[in-house]
Amino acid sequence: MQEDKLKIVIVGHVDHGKSTLIGRLLFDTDSLPLGKAENIQKACEAEGMEFEYAFLLDALLEEQAQNITIDTTQIQFKSAKRPYVIIDAPGHREFLKNMITGAASADAAVLLIDANEGVQEQSRRHGYLLSMLGIRQVIVAANKMDLVGYSQETFDRIRSEYTEYLKPLGITPRHFVPISAKLGENIAVPTAKMPWYHGPCILQALDGFDMPVRDEKQPLRFLVQDIYRFDERRILAGRIESGSLSVGDELVFWPDRKRSTVKSIELWNSDPAPLSANAGQSTAITLTDQIFVERGQIASHDKECPAEAREFVANIFWLHDEPLRLDAAHELKLGTQSVEARVVKFHRILDSSTLQVATEPRLELRKNEAAEVLVRTRRPIAFDAAETLPVTGRFVLMQGKRIGGGGIVLDAAIGKNAQQEVKSGNITWTVGRVSREDRSALLGHKGAVIWMSGLSGAGKSTLAVATESALHSRGMASFILDGDNLRHGLCSDLGFSPKDRAENIRRAGEVAKLMAESGMIVLTSLISPYEQERERVRQSCAAAGVPFAMVYINAPLGACEDRDPRGLYKKARAGEIKGFTGIDSPYEPPAKPELELRTDQKEIIVCRDELLALIVELTRRTGQYRSEESDPGAAI
Amino acid sequence: MNHLDRLESQSIYIFREAYQAFTKLAMPWSMGKDSNVLIWLAKKAFCGKIPFPVLHVDTTYEFPEMLEFRSWAQKEYDLDLLVSINEEARARGVGYETHDPVTVTHELKTVALQQAMAKHGWQALITGIRRDEDSTRAKERYFSPRNAAFEWDYKDQPPEFWNQFTTAVGPGEHVRVQALLDWTELDIWLYIQREKIPIPQMYFARKDPTDGKLKRFRSLGCWPITHPVESSAATIEEIVEELKTTRVSERAGRAQDHHERNAMQKLRAKGFM
Repeated sequence: MQEDKLKIVIVGHVDHGKSTLIGRLLFDTDSLPLGKAENIQKACEAEGMEFEYAFLLDALLEEQAQNITIDTTQIQFKSAKRPYVIIDAPGHREFLKNMITGAASADAAVLLIDANEGVQEQSRRHGYLLSMLGIRQVIVAANKMDLVGYSQETFDRIRSEYTEYLKPLGITPRHFVPISAKLGENIAVPTAKMPWYHGPCILQALDGFDMPVRDEKQPLRFLVQDIYRFDERRILAGRIESGSLSVGDELVFWPDRKRSTVKSIELWNSDPAPLSANAGQSTAITLTDQIFVERGQIASHDKECPAEAREFVANIFWLHDEPLRLDAAHELKLGTQSVEARVVKFHRILDSSTLQVATEPRLELRKNEAAEVLVRTRRPIAFDAAETLPVTGRFVLMQGKRIGGGGIVLDAAIGKNAQQEVKSGNITWTVGRVSREDRSALLGHKGAVIWMSGLSGAGKSTLAVATESALHSRGMASFILDGDNLRHGLCSDLGFSPKDRAENIRRAGEVAKLMAESGMIVLTSLISPYEQERERVRQSCAAAGVPFAMVYINAPLGACEDRDPRGLYKKARAGEIKGFTGIDSPYEPPAKPELELRTDQKEIIVCRDELLALIVELTRRTGQYRSEESDPGAAI
Repeated sequence: MNHLDRLESQSIYIFREAYQAFTKLAMPWSMGKDSNVLIWLAKKAFCGKIPFPVLHVDTTYEFPEMLEFRSWAQKEYDLDLLVSINEEARARGVGYETHDPVTVTHELKTVALQQAMAKHGWQALITGIRRDEDSTRAKERYFSPRNAAFEWDYKDQPPEFWNQFTTAVGPGEHVRVQALLDWTELDIWLYIQREKIPIPQMYFARKDPTDGKLKRFRSLGCWPITHPVESSAATIEEIVEELKTTRVSERAGRAQDHHERNAMQKLRAKGFM
């Protein structure tokens, strides 16, 4: 049986010689397909170019044209000790997402530094990202030593500068190796050019790395991917990321903490069925009880449970052109869990190439930056600290359809988690009252009362319905309080006398205020003819700190009477309805409305958009910054 | 776990993510060795039931032995088999007798696949391509989006790490789910050996009646442009031994790859697997 391959990533600043090193490793270990090097050498001659080892990799036309690696490539080679997969990750700043894509799956890394240019921006950034990605097996190669006359002094300077940089990141390079990839010095065999160097060549250093081990002794984390019901069985499919499970084990499913026992392990074409499954295996189980389990849940044993919370501290890096904005909603994926999340606090923002902390307060994290942040999720999720269990300790944040960035959960986030209390069965992960700020953070906007007043037939209900629908489609929570509907229930004891009308408004105002306090944007659609009663509602909202706006839906009596959608004016004129506003009961126009909409002069859509703009402004969370994509009001 | 266990586990993980993410998906199946490993892994991923259709893009230049294998396997694995032929191109006379292999491959494979996609509205295709087959395939992602014109934007691929994949598709777009991306040709054979996966006999060395030499197919495609390589490997064990020492590339016997410089890249940018 073939030995396991070690996956190594080669990173470093653009043009510091990654492709050349790989080409050289392939050539020197005799790992190229027959005739490949000869073909390329011939092609170079034909085109009058000098042959370079990097060409061995430049498979795509674009690379040859631009002479930079644009995407991750994987290449295999063998040393005498074992086979390797090299992940060639681009060094150009533009392609950091590809570098991460490649490096995230590596077991070890070679960081290349051009001895002639010294430590550059990407040398530092890549060092930082390796630490974020949890890659601890690192060698640093000082390349192009031939250009500096194989100078020990140059090499020592780079070594001490870069060691200093890596130290706070927790990376201690296994070796610093002086090389010339182009000339093959210190690649597959130790060089004679640098007698002052006594360490291994690149290949020897690589052979010194350890294979990754998935520890079955670690706590069990079985990530549920899906539930299958293809036949009478109800199968939970997923992968064991750490630990192991056996038939008969009691499992706890997080978040939710439902419990059941493993009844069987299902494996096609296996007789007898296995009785246990271990770390790294994609497996499938059935349970003894028909409890509700869904994709995203993490099964553990009773002891050594994951943490469960709605908030945690994490280190994140951002890769998208669009910045990560404070409080903006993103999909967070951790294992197979998916949940809406927001970064609610930037503890510190780092320039990943200098490790300098940004001094000015910031509301966004830009492309290629990193930060320590507080993440808040819409519902509880299960996780671990990345340091303990990497797979359940790292997550990505989506930006639209793509991964926008990634992060690792820090130890600090776990704190005294709820695990010890699991047995007691009554755990509260939220302590204290839910504040209005908490509610608006959850919804992404503040609650408010939008008081629409106007004659019957002025267009209040039509506008309310159109506005509510627009708000809803933008992910904003809203509700219409309609005068007619209130009179069927809450106010069914009231008539149309001035006193009853005033009481009707008071009740409607109180209900609207309460709903707004719960986070809703309340649109009232009431004639509400009296200035005094309307102003009382305004004061009541102000006292409770609820944003309020008076919107005068204005259409002249004549226009309303022409519309007369329910034939009420006709009846009022005929004397069949008494006390009808505008006919035999007064309407006092609002003295100072926040917005007046002439529905007889403007299209309903135009009125709606003016109203929407007001609402978005009124309900925006203060100090908040949102992307167009996640800002419900941005498209208005 | 050894390295085959690890590869198997990751492939199964990908299968399950794909099935979970897409309501409409299919798995192209060529009856070749990689294809049969895919079938095997799908059976394992879904505990014996392959819950999506399997598509054979029939170029009408199939080796008869492969078609026999197709009927056998359909029954054996209980496959929901669909066959797609670009009848329109055949009616126009597109064929190896008259056209160059890149054109024929595009018309009879890629276009036939597009026709099936248009008919069934699949959002995802599970493919058996491997990084080690070709340098353009080395740059693939596990979940690789294709636009409505089937084009692969290899210059701006979405980031993919920590097993989080691109699963959002717009109208007409689809995602290629590359479940065997990390496998090598040798891994495929070691797995076939370990799991005793049935494969067509054409992979094993037989005497070529034209010159009397022992030859076998390393990669199977259309009969006019697929040629056996000299080999005496007549068992899986012998094939494994041969692969450990050979330096002849796997697709050396596939003419469309070598028709012109960058032929494979051109084919793939237009939607070829």
